[in-house]
Amino acid sequence: MSSLAQKKGFGAVIWDYLTTVDHKKIAILYLISGGFFFLVGGLEAMMIRIQLMKAGNDFLSAGLYNEMITMHGTTMIFLAAMPILLAFMNAIMPLQIGARDVAFPFLNSLGFWLFFFGGIFLNLSWFMGGAPDAGWTNYASLALASEGHGIDFYSLGLTISGFGTLIAGINFLVTIINMRAPGMTYMRMPLFTWTTFVASALILLAFPPLTVGLFFMVFDRMFGANFFVVEMGGNTIIWEHLFWIFGHPEVYILILPAFGIFSEIFAIFSRKRLFGYTALVFATILIGFYGFMVWAHHMFTVGLGPTANAVFALATMIIAVPTGIKIFNWLLTIWGGSIKFTVPMVYAIAFIPSFVAGGVTGVMQAIAPLDYQLHDSYFIVAHFHYVIVGGVVLAILAGTHLYWPKMFGTMLSEKLGMVTFWTFFIGFHLTFFIQHFLGLLGMPRRVYTFGADQGWDLFNAISSLGALFMAIGVIVLLINVVITSVKNVRVGNDPWEDGRTLEWAIPSPPPFYNFAQTPLVRGLDTYWIEKMEGNKEGMVYAEPIGDVHMPNGSIIPLIMSFGMFVASFGALYFQDDTKPWALAVLIIGLGITFGSMLVRSLKDDLGFHITKEELLEDAKRGGNTDGLK
Amino acid sequence: MDLNKRYTAQSWPDHPETATLEGKNKFVGFWLLLAAESVTFASLFATYLALKDRGPEASEFTASGLFELPLVFAMTMILLTSSLTSVYAMHHMKNHNFKAMQAWLGITVFLGLTFLGLEIYEFNHYVHLGFGYTTSAFSAAFFTLVGTHGAHVLFGLSWFIALMVRNSKRGLNMYNAPKFYLAALYWHFIDVVWVFIFTVVYLMGVIG
Repeated sequence: MSSLAQKKGFGAVIWDYLTTVDHKKIAILYLISGGFFFLVGGLEAMMIRIQLMKAGNDFLSAGLYNEMITMHGTTMIFLAAMPILLAFMNAIMPLQIGARDVAFPFLNSLGFWLFFFGGIFLNLSWFMGGAPDAGWTNYASLALASEGHGIDFYSLGLTISGFGTLIAGINFLVTIINMRAPGMTYMRMPLFTWTTFVASALILLAFPPLTVGLFFMVFDRMFGANFFVVEMGGNTIIWEHLFWIFGHPEVYILILPAFGIFSEIFAIFSRKRLFGYTALVFATILIGFYGFMVWAHHMFTVGLGPTANAVFALATMIIAVPTGIKIFNWLLTIWGGSIKFTVPMVYAIAFIPSFVAGGVTGVMQAIAPLDYQLHDSYFIVAHFHYVIVGGVVLAILAGTHLYWPKMFGTMLSEKLGMVTFWTFFIGFHLTFFIQHFLGLLGMPRRVYTFGADQGWDLFNAISSLGALFMAIGVIVLLINVVITSVKNVRVGNDPWEDGRTLEWAIPSPPPFYNFAQTPLVRGLDTYWIEKMEGNKEGMVYAEPIGDVHMPNGSIIPLIMSFGMFVASFGALYFQDDTKPWALAVLIIGLGITFGSMLVRSLKDDLGFHITKEELLEDAKRGGNTDGLK
Repeated sequence: MDLNKRYTAQSWPDHPETATLEGKNKFVGFWLLLAAESVTFASLFATYLALKDRGPEASEFTASGLFELPLVFAMTMILLTSSLTSVYAMHHMKNHNFKAMQAWLGITVFLGLTFLGLEIYEFNHYVHLGFGYTTSAFSAAFFTLVGTHGAHVLFGLSWFIALMVRNSKRGLNMYNAPKFYLAALYWHFIDVVWVFIFTVVYLMGVIG
């Protein structure tokens, strides 16, 4: 196989992406599909806000409204936020540690396709008899009573995409443990790599309980089990525990990589080393650790008793400490820096007050007696949107601007970026700030309408107006992407000019083998060190130029995931007496999956080598000469 | 990696499972997978304990009335022995003695199949007593916990057999040594889980 760039036909490009095991291409797949689901979830949000725009509105029926809120939450968390963060992890983390690929390129592709088919399966529910309607938390008492197949789509779809995420988590952990370049000690790893590491560990330990809970739900609804059926001795609280043992770490799985992106941005655009790097690393680990000890604060009103509530309340408040440490470290990184107000930096600065506001309301809810008042009101809705939008979504938008040149080789327009920022940022606060007060005025969450005499009209109208601003911001971003892609102005290695870490020392986008020679890392912010010492190549090398071993592409991950997709339809219709073919479909689907697993296991796949000559040739042609003198 | 490279007992590394980068990655990745599996089984155990003996009001099935130790004890001994034989197999793998490894793996598979057969007999027995999957919350929790373990046994056996058949003609090399090692590791994990099932489900069940 030649490493030379060739002009390819459209079909060949598609086939390339279907079979790719290259972490940079998988990152693009994650970004595109995550971006698509982000738009879908955004549309659902707009429908919700249109319905609540005025009192007694009948834009959506009560049932459709329930489907809308359920799918909005589920889509945004599982199919938009996580995949987009996985896109950045895939695109950047291996570059930051000086690796040529992830530890398991084949599994990386499998993880993506499982997520993709899981997401498609879940969203097919809209066209196949109705979407899930028991809220994104899918509490068993509600879910078991739900008619139609919506909940079944939820359980099976999330099971499949959850497997994908678990695989991605294991992959990143092994990559960081085993594939770091010489000299890249743990305490020299960039913060984004660190947060990827801790978030992956959380994925590893948090997703199995969700999978178990979803399996119980599948068995209860489709195969006649009685885990949650109280008359048969079951217990619906088991679902709540399993869900939140997953669900709380999940919010840290989302926010830690966001913290990582912002840490990179603060250092790059303050043109200063991160203040308190060690403390930031330590705080990241602590947050990950405490993340597993607080799940029952979502269940204060269940009636676990004052002792349990007190313990979980205290544990929850403790998390504010490492988070506070991070906030102060970022502020002190900016302090005295030579600041450049680029689009990513503006997002990062806006993130601090927004996220702190969400954190403060979080500590309020940690006080169990107060939570009895706030529970199930719009105050809660305001809180979690402040941390998720004010933290994760701002990080995603900032990361899109920051890493776009590294992923695609072009710069998004800074001007349009600023338009997106201001409309989105103003819209965000307009939408959610006022919801705190709606909650305090007594408006419950998950109601499809309200009366004119309840005094919530004005605030809801303002909130809906804010959502419109956010939508405009996202549309401008899309326009920005299109214009940038059409103009196609290529950029060099370090388009922000102040890159500090290894990914900025190689071409944008990097060649498929990333590093022709493995770099030698001489300290924290290794590229910055080389630049400051006047090293024009930006790197010192740990090895002479030589043959490079690369993995082969494969279509098997797609087929394996497709088998799960087929099997899910079999499981879904198993309960219907009118569909006797369901069992056959289930068996065929599992047969495809396990069959392709067997093929993968029995067929040797040793990868291929790029020879030294090809690397040198490659360096001569492209602009990729920097690493190859 | 060169598949045609021939090894002798002398040139074969002490730890062939981690002698290559691929091997090291698999080794670490598999231990992490076992961590995730542990959490999975922990969730199943917790659910089982919460739902033990719970059923509809008229339900007469309880753990102390249902379980009988002699058969389960035999199953436990068989599975523990199979773990031991897989250790012998790995001993010979590390000494580059392919034939002895295959033989011990064969015994491991035989013991595993015996265990699985007895488990199917046991489940069948319960179903004939009227204790089926849909009978009660207790039955669902029991069959899901023990059945998930049984599915792992089935997967482990298929894995062993696939590896033995695939490599029967070409012997050990640096590409398949980590695969054999991981399959054995998986087998040990299954064994450890069964020790917990034997204790928590059967022993504690019979005591009441």
